[in-house]
Amino acid sequence: MENYGRILVSGIAVGSIGRLLLLRVDYRQYPSFPRGYVTHLVLGIIAAALGAIAVPALAEKEYTAVTFLALAAQQFREIRSMERDSLDRVDGTELVPRGSDYIEDIAKTFEARNYIAMVTALTVSLTVYLSGNIISGLLAGTMVFLSILLSLKGEKIGDIAHVIKAEISFDGPLLMVDGVVLMNIGLPKVRQKYLTRALAVRIIPRDDNARATLGNIGQRQALAHNAAIQLGIRKDVDEPEFTPIARRNTESGDIVLAIFAMEPDIECLVEAIKQTPVLESSKRKPLDSPAGRKAAD
Amino acid sequence: MDTRLNEVILAIVTTDSERVIHSSAPVFYARDEEERERVALLLSKITLGMVHDLANGCFVIVKH
Repeated sequence: MENYGRILVSGIAVGSIGRLLLLRVDYRQYPSFPRGYVTHLVLGIIAAALGAIAVPALAEKEYTAVTFLALAAQQFREIRSMERDSLDRVDGTELVPRGSDYIEDIAKTFEARNYIAMVTALTVSLTVYLSGNIISGLLAGTMVFLSILLSLKGEKIGDIAHVIKAEISFDGPLLMVDGVVLMNIGLPKVRQKYLTRALAVRIIPRDDNARATLGNIGQRQALAHNAAIQLGIRKDVDEPEFTPIARRNTESGDIVLAIFAMEPDIECLVEAIKQTPVLESSKRKPLDSPAGRKAAD
Repeated sequence: MDTRLNEVILAIVTTDSERVIHSSAPVFYARDEEERERVALLLSKITLGMVHDLANGCFVIVKH
């Protein structure tokens, strides 16, 4: 029993620490601090406990313990829908909404992180059980944690596209960025503000895969949201003219975006766009298909 | 359930009465350019809609 204690505690500890390391509060302010933080930390500890307990249970020939893991999977799915629901509900109160694709991406990430905590705890407890040595358990756990983490590291917009400064102009009431029409702006004062203080960028995809990915509307909404969050947005609910919009050049597949930012610094805008994650749900790979490759010639 | 009308013309502001015939949206006639812009701005603040220019003397207020 004493042995099992060591196995359990080391597994739970490493799994929980892993979950804690993945809980970062950055510019997204998500998970919210402190309550959202506590929720996820506790769920992470439960995930780690479920992973750690599997090995002693199997060692004792309690094969029904495997159903515990199925229960865990069910539990984590709940986490995904919990995240989705709560983000969906507050999205309407954002000046620039995240959009459903970005929300789905965040929810998926939270689900996956619990699996990481569980698998890490499982690895640690299994290694400690087999080797009888806590240190080797810690090492194995760390290696598994890091390798999962690296393999899950998603792409950024900067990896799939060039981002450059673009010029804002007007054709009558039409707001244009590098020749692409964004929207019709009626009031001359608003047009003047756009001409003097707004920023614009052009996102040029590196290949056909990137072009298809960037065409996704959810991905474009995520770009606008991220830019607005990081640079600040000069807009209130009664000023829909200042909603940042990303439009596509249908000839070249380039994306243009204009934003009326609090901090009109083009380098920061380019950086914010480059650091925006490529959403899992928007990722397309036409070049991986024979037809797509042939068409790209 | 939250029900809204989006992408609908809420109002038309014009200086040229001949440009608008049988409108389902309310039409506001303005005496000059200045009044047209002022009325359009006020309407957009009331309806939270956006002012679009049809480039023929008409502004339309649209809810997006």
